[in-house]
Amino acid sequence: MSDLDFSEEQIHRYARHIILPNVGGKGQKRLLESKVLIIGAGGLGSPAAYYLAAAGIGTIGIIDFDEVDISNLQRQILYNTADIGRAKVDSAKDTIVSLNPDVKVECYKEKLTSKNIKEIIEGYDIILDGTDNFPTRYLINDACIILNKINVHGSIFRFEGQLTVFKPKEGPCYRCLYPEPPPPGMVPSCQEAGVLGVLPGIIGTLQAIEALKLILKIGRPLIGSLLLYDSLKTEFRQMRLRRDTKCPVCSENPTITELIDYEEFCGVRV
Amino acid sequence: MPVSVRIPSPLMKLTKNQGEVSAEGKDIREVLSDMERQYPGIKERLYDEDGSLRRFINIYKNEEDIRFLNGESTHVQDGDEISIIPAIAGGILLSKNL
Repeated sequence: MSDLDFSEEQIHRYARHIILPNVGGKGQKRLLESKVLIIGAGGLGSPAAYYLAAAGIGTIGIIDFDEVDISNLQRQILYNTADIGRAKVDSAKDTIVSLNPDVKVECYKEKLTSKNIKEIIEGYDIILDGTDNFPTRYLINDACIILNKINVHGSIFRFEGQLTVFKPKEGPCYRCLYPEPPPPGMVPSCQEAGVLGVLPGIIGTLQAIEALKLILKIGRPLIGSLLLYDSLKTEFRQMRLRRDTKCPVCSENPTITELIDYEEFCGVRV
Repeated sequence: MPVSVRIPSPLMKLTKNQGEVSAEGKDIREVLSDMERQYPGIKERLYDEDGSLRRFINIYKNEEDIRFLNGESTHVQDGDEISIIPAIAGGILLSKNL
């Protein structure tokens, strides 16, 4: 680690990485040079962004058009009570920068659509999907396939979580798994389904770990495998995921070549 | 032959809040029919109007998606574990009547 030019402070800050086999100064440098986009600064995005910032990811983009609500605080650890009413992206930036001033935070207080998604994700190495709705998940998936971006996918429902990594060409995509979103008729209610407070912390930090592994090129990322976590049973299971040769977006002959803005089921937000 | 079927939380209301139930059949189709017999209403949640499995719900035999085996004709035997795994998106409800 001769020519890595860490400051004295950085050597101390990242000491536990620098002494870690397979990471070292070189790995830390790679983290500091990497760019991760967090889509949705909610239950999943909060812990993911916070831990990635601590680990020294150089640039963290955060997209969310929402403001902090008191009901978010049960699980969205980037925000404090005093932040209620503030834009999530601004509040998230303050929290991250006060944890680690090395991190450059790019804020996007906007709704992700077929119009802006390509431009936003283009500059990032890894996309972390922590959204709460199907239209955005399909939009992210399709854009990541088109722009060849790795998508670290996490989702939660009540007491359960799902995690996988979609890497274009190497493994399946979201549409290989679920070709189409549920029709709006199947999602008649917009009431929140409820989620156990710590659960998004588990899945969000697993997303962050996958992002680190992908950047550092260590271990085996969760490509082609779906991790299911059941908090009530304290059980992790893995299911095999395969590429669908007839996948509408990532197969040899895709039928979807342009981004789709699916109908919103209700006032869902990114 | 009895197999165990893992029920995801969005469907647990139909199985009297059981996350794991037992069902009989020689293939997935029969197992799901037996599920309907035991827990009426579950079929409607798994199949669309045309009688196909809904595209946002996957069925696994052990660790394999049945779409990559023999679909609903995938043979099952004693001790197999069948899992119903719906797409989940976060705080938004996936299915009816929750």
